[in-house]
Amino acid sequence: MLNIKYQKYILSFIFCFLFFGCSSKKEFAKPTITVWHWMTDRKDAFQELSRRYEEKTGVKVNFELYAPSDAYTQKVRAAAQGNTLPDIFGILGEMRDFASFIKAGYVEDLTPYMEENQAEWKERFFKKALEVNEFGPDNAYGVKPGIYGVPIDIMTIQMLYNKRLFKELGLNPENPPQDFSEFLNIGKRIREKGLQGLVSGWAELWMIDCLANNFAFNIMGKDKVIKTIKGEIPYTDPDWIKVLTLFKEIKEAGLLYDGIVTMVNKTAEQIFANERAVFAFNGSWCVNVYRGMNPNLDYAVMLPPKVSEKFPRSIWGGAGSSFMVNANSKLKKEVIRFLKWLTDKEQQIFLSEATFNLPANKESLTQIHPRLAEFADDIEITTHPRIWGVSEFPRVIEAFDKGIQAIIIGEKTPEEVAREIQEIKEKELAKKRSQKE
Amino acid sequence: MRAKSTLENYLFILPALIIFSIFYIYPFYKVFQLGLYDWDGISPTKVFVGLGNFKEIIFEDKIWWKSMLNASYITLVALTFQNALAFCLALACDRQIRMRNFYRTIFFIPPVLSEVVVGLVWQWILDGNYGILNNFFVKIGLPHLARNWLSDPKTALNCVAFVHSWKGFGWGFLIFLAGLQTIPRELYEAAKVDGAGAWQVFKRITFPLMIPVMVLVAILTVLGTMQAFVLIIAMTGGGPAYHTEVPVLRILASMRGSSRFGYACAQGISFGVILVIVSFIQYRLSRKAREIY
Repeated sequence: MLNIKYQKYILSFIFCFLFFGCSSKKEFAKPTITVWHWMTDRKDAFQELSRRYEEKTGVKVNFELYAPSDAYTQKVRAAAQGNTLPDIFGILGEMRDFASFIKAGYVEDLTPYMEENQAEWKERFFKKALEVNEFGPDNAYGVKPGIYGVPIDIMTIQMLYNKRLFKELGLNPENPPQDFSEFLNIGKRIREKGLQGLVSGWAELWMIDCLANNFAFNIMGKDKVIKTIKGEIPYTDPDWIKVLTLFKEIKEAGLLYDGIVTMVNKTAEQIFANERAVFAFNGSWCVNVYRGMNPNLDYAVMLPPKVSEKFPRSIWGGAGSSFMVNANSKLKKEVIRFLKWLTDKEQQIFLSEATFNLPANKESLTQIHPRLAEFADDIEITTHPRIWGVSEFPRVIEAFDKGIQAIIIGEKTPEEVAREIQEIKEKELAKKRSQKE
Repeated sequence: MRAKSTLENYLFILPALIIFSIFYIYPFYKVFQLGLYDWDGISPTKVFVGLGNFKEIIFEDKIWWKSMLNASYITLVALTFQNALAFCLALACDRQIRMRNFYRTIFFIPPVLSEVVVGLVWQWILDGNYGILNNFFVKIGLPHLARNWLSDPKTALNCVAFVHSWKGFGWGFLIFLAGLQTIPRELYEAAKVDGAGAWQVFKRITFPLMIPVMVLVAILTVLGTMQAFVLIIAMTGGGPAYHTEVPVLRILASMRGSSRFGYACAQGISFGVILVIVSFIQYRLSRKAREIY
């Protein structure tokens, strides 16, 4: 038999437990928004913004960093399968992957939020930045038309040149090569001086794809590129062979850095920052990278050289990083409020200043670093596979990019590569047709 | 009574059986099941394609077979060069030589280093422009030997195979050394008394008694090397073109690059089956070798 005194203690404990256990939690707990991201360079800036937001609204925003981006991609996929996605997350990959997430019901359609108050939120952004998160009517992915992501920053991928090395080569650093023959002629001077030409991370296939697409848009125009993706024009078309031949010509002109085909972009960035290469092909994020590696690096931005007069030049660009809202989040309203705040002019300027990335908010561009402004100048001529409405088969993209590597190492001719790409393309088209049937 | 005893026995192995089933059998079954679908890894719906993925791997995927060939070549180099080196060094360290423990430590450093670090260090050594190796060739008056080791299709795979062997020989060394130390010393002494020379001692005592250890090292080498990929990612990323692609990189490419999760699962299963067959053949061959000796 328990002592009566102990019985009292036990009863009071049970009472307290039941009373507080059943009371409303809302009075005590403030909502916490969870954000998953992969942007190591923005970690501190995000923490600071989180602090400011909590101070202002009382809502805590927990930024969780998962890097590198490959690991992040796998984490997001696994979380989607387990239905444990956070309130806000980013989707890395191609438009096809983005579409799969939307169709599976993981991503909130943000169109109504973007359109409210005379589309105030939507109007803040660069059109190009929003486009990469947008699915238009009759898109090939079968996604309901709408805007499914919020751009945090924008980027463009262009060519850069080292001004000091340009002078050493006897070239005018204020007048970079405009057309392809001018560009090729520089190769001779580079070889004579014992320097190295163009450096880029071409072990990462998408970077080769990017430059090849720049050339393709200039040579045959957007419509023909899209028709090729749709399977209406073969890769053995003379225009595509011309695109592939350009890489052979660049190589033969001595313009490529030795070992470029097995080089990752981080190494390429180090090489350019250390002034060991005259040209680089890189995205606007490089401003921050070069600043860290060599603050005295004197370089400028140029468009990839013009190959043809038939069509305008185009470069890859648009939204750099975007956030998506979990369609199953219980804090949807708070999440939208936070994202609107994050993309306000003030926060965008802070992010740009802290991380040297181009802001997605148009109004914030007035206060950016001059080097970043050079990248931003060409935002209007940007394009991106994510806005084309159709995606090339991944195996075709791989064959295309690996084929260019084979051309560069002198293993295959452009014609051979074109035939191989087309062979794979036809197999993929046949497979798609049989699946439809 | 007997039934009770049998039940008790099964009860004892039940925890191990449950763990094995959850962590091995079920994932294997699940991966095989996913290999029968066309699935992007995200969509809630999967399209059943039967053995279509496996058929594509076997009959259509040329790159897959090229990657298998590359991995086989690296494995062959590891089986011969790496294991021969490990065995010779183990033999040397088994004797009463000076600084024996120092050598043992030194030889075991490469295997404990991170593969990424090893890959990046060797990438610098083999760099075509600023690499130590090319500088060395220039310094000794052989500049014609300098080249882009990792981006030249003629040398890329050999370089990867060499670095993999350099990184891996320490494991073999350690196992060989442990094996050599289990050979009774009396056998060597008796052989000496009988007037046997060093070669005869090696041929009649060391080699036959080391066969089980060699088989073990060979199986571990094959399994470890065929599945190597981190070092290759760090050194070449599978390039130039497809010259250093290996099966695990292809599985990763299918899963991440192409979003073909089902196909990647089928590749994983096919690769696993190939490894089991190779290990089985190795085992049979080693049994024959033991019979001969």
